[in-house]
Amino acid sequence: MSSAVPLDALRDTHAPRVEPLDVERVRQDFPILQRKIRGKPLVYLDNAASSQRPRVVIEAIRKLYEQDYANIHRGVHTLSQVATEAYENSRDKVRQFIGAADRREIVFTRGTTESINLVANSFARPRLQPGDEILITAMEHHANIVPWQLVCEQTGARLRVAPISDEGILRMEEFARLLTPRTRLVAAVHVSNALGTINPIRRMIELAHAGGIPILIDGAQAAPHLRVNVQQLDCDFYAFSGHKMCGPTGIGVLYGKLAHLEAMPPWQGGGDMINVVTFEKTTYNDPPQRFEAGTPNIEGGIALAPAIDYLLGLGMDRIAAWENELLAYATQCAADIPGLRIIGTAPCKASVLSFVLDCAHPHDIGTILDQEGIAIRTGHHCAQPVMQRFNVPATARASFSFYNTREEVDALFRGLRKVLEVFG
Amino acid sequence: MADLDDLYREMILDHSRNPRNFRSNEAAAGIAHGNNPLCGDRVSVFVDLDGDSIRDISFQGSGCAICTASASLMTQALKGATRRRAQFLFENVHHMLTDGKLPHPEVELGKLHVLEGVREFPIRVKCATLPWHTFHSALTRGSEIVSTE
Repeated sequence: MSSAVPLDALRDTHAPRVEPLDVERVRQDFPILQRKIRGKPLVYLDNAASSQRPRVVIEAIRKLYEQDYANIHRGVHTLSQVATEAYENSRDKVRQFIGAADRREIVFTRGTTESINLVANSFARPRLQPGDEILITAMEHHANIVPWQLVCEQTGARLRVAPISDEGILRMEEFARLLTPRTRLVAAVHVSNALGTINPIRRMIELAHAGGIPILIDGAQAAPHLRVNVQQLDCDFYAFSGHKMCGPTGIGVLYGKLAHLEAMPPWQGGGDMINVVTFEKTTYNDPPQRFEAGTPNIEGGIALAPAIDYLLGLGMDRIAAWENELLAYATQCAADIPGLRIIGTAPCKASVLSFVLDCAHPHDIGTILDQEGIAIRTGHHCAQPVMQRFNVPATARASFSFYNTREEVDALFRGLRKVLEVFG
Repeated sequence: MADLDDLYREMILDHSRNPRNFRSNEAAAGIAHGNNPLCGDRVSVFVDLDGDSIRDISFQGSGCAICTASASLMTQALKGATRRRAQFLFENVHHMLTDGKLPHPEVELGKLHVLEGVREFPIRVKCATLPWHTFHSALTRGSEIVSTE
């Protein structure tokens, strides 16, 4: 069993030594962490599914609705201007967060899934011919598989899958081999939600670009945990969601290089995405509005800014350092549980501990832990091919955030010993 | 409050560890495959009839303790039953797991009562009902795939 390695070794950008987080103080920022479940303190270890929200995000939504709300991009009245400014400031905040060069490269979507579908429909589909190939990896979430299958069905293109090792590491030589003159696009996950593996995306992007192939990165799990700089990475598209990074649900981001976005047709028609509409012909707005048809998730967009400010205030390096410590501790505790097998043992991992027990099905583990107030995810994690790869029907997954504590890891393993008592 | 001991009764643990009639029967007249896409539980049920009675019933698959025990207990309860009795048991089990009001009180549940505690764990009810829906499909419509969603 491999254990987590020091953070600096696994990051794309070398990080300086940082002061540790004051976790107890951080926890005060999250009202829900005071909650009791079945009379016991909530131990929330389902962060890879969705994170919890700090008070600043909750308050931003409340303030918007109580004081500043109106539709955006359309009114001359004061409130519309105030709301529009807040929404567009959020776009600037996102640009800064991921190091994009231009605010026009930031498209607001409903989430990572919609961002990927946008690229599939508006970027990939028009340029795919029968016999062309799209390359993904064997550790993708369904959201980075099914949109490509759909465009392949529509165009006659073929989906290729780069395999992974028994540790859950991408086989780079296979990945490189599968980049061929037929490859039109690569779509790969930055951090696997089911395994925790952090992919060497910088190298993957270089390899793709060496063949002149554009590449999309699914950053849903990475954005909340790692410092991401799209210009340094030089990826063509980067997709992520607000709700996994302490922001609201229903808001997400597609970063796309401006040249790509400018060349792409709209994928949904409606208000906001047009320039001039007549019944004879409609001309389209420029990016990013071209891809933002209709009234958007206004409160989601606006409250994403305080979520980003909150994360940056804590410091992405400190966040990653603490989460990595929690993972290392949990991985060490796991070694003492008889019959526990970790699924995903890559040396470069985010704070995801996916596992199975010999004696109990993940569902039963989840129910028993829930009785102790411990929330984990059980099932296939929207990554059925990963389950098939490791020949398990499902896994139990504990995923740690910066507001989790070592005591909560202890609670998890006390809970697992209870599972052993029932089923062992 | 829901109690774990009501869910994981000794008989349920026994049937989940040592499921009865756990074998495939590809020659069976009725075969159905059930799956719960949310959790990955999969169960296949094989039913052979002798006139109006269930001569043989078996299952295979992979699922949680509740699903496996429910399937195992089901095969024991249904072996030799008439179609009518099987239908009534199916309906009784469904109601035992949801509202507790048995539509056919005259048809006794017997050992199946042990599954009653699942009712207090609503998210797990589908685990217990999946084998029964799959059986029902195998009995009434022949081969097909059943999903809980």
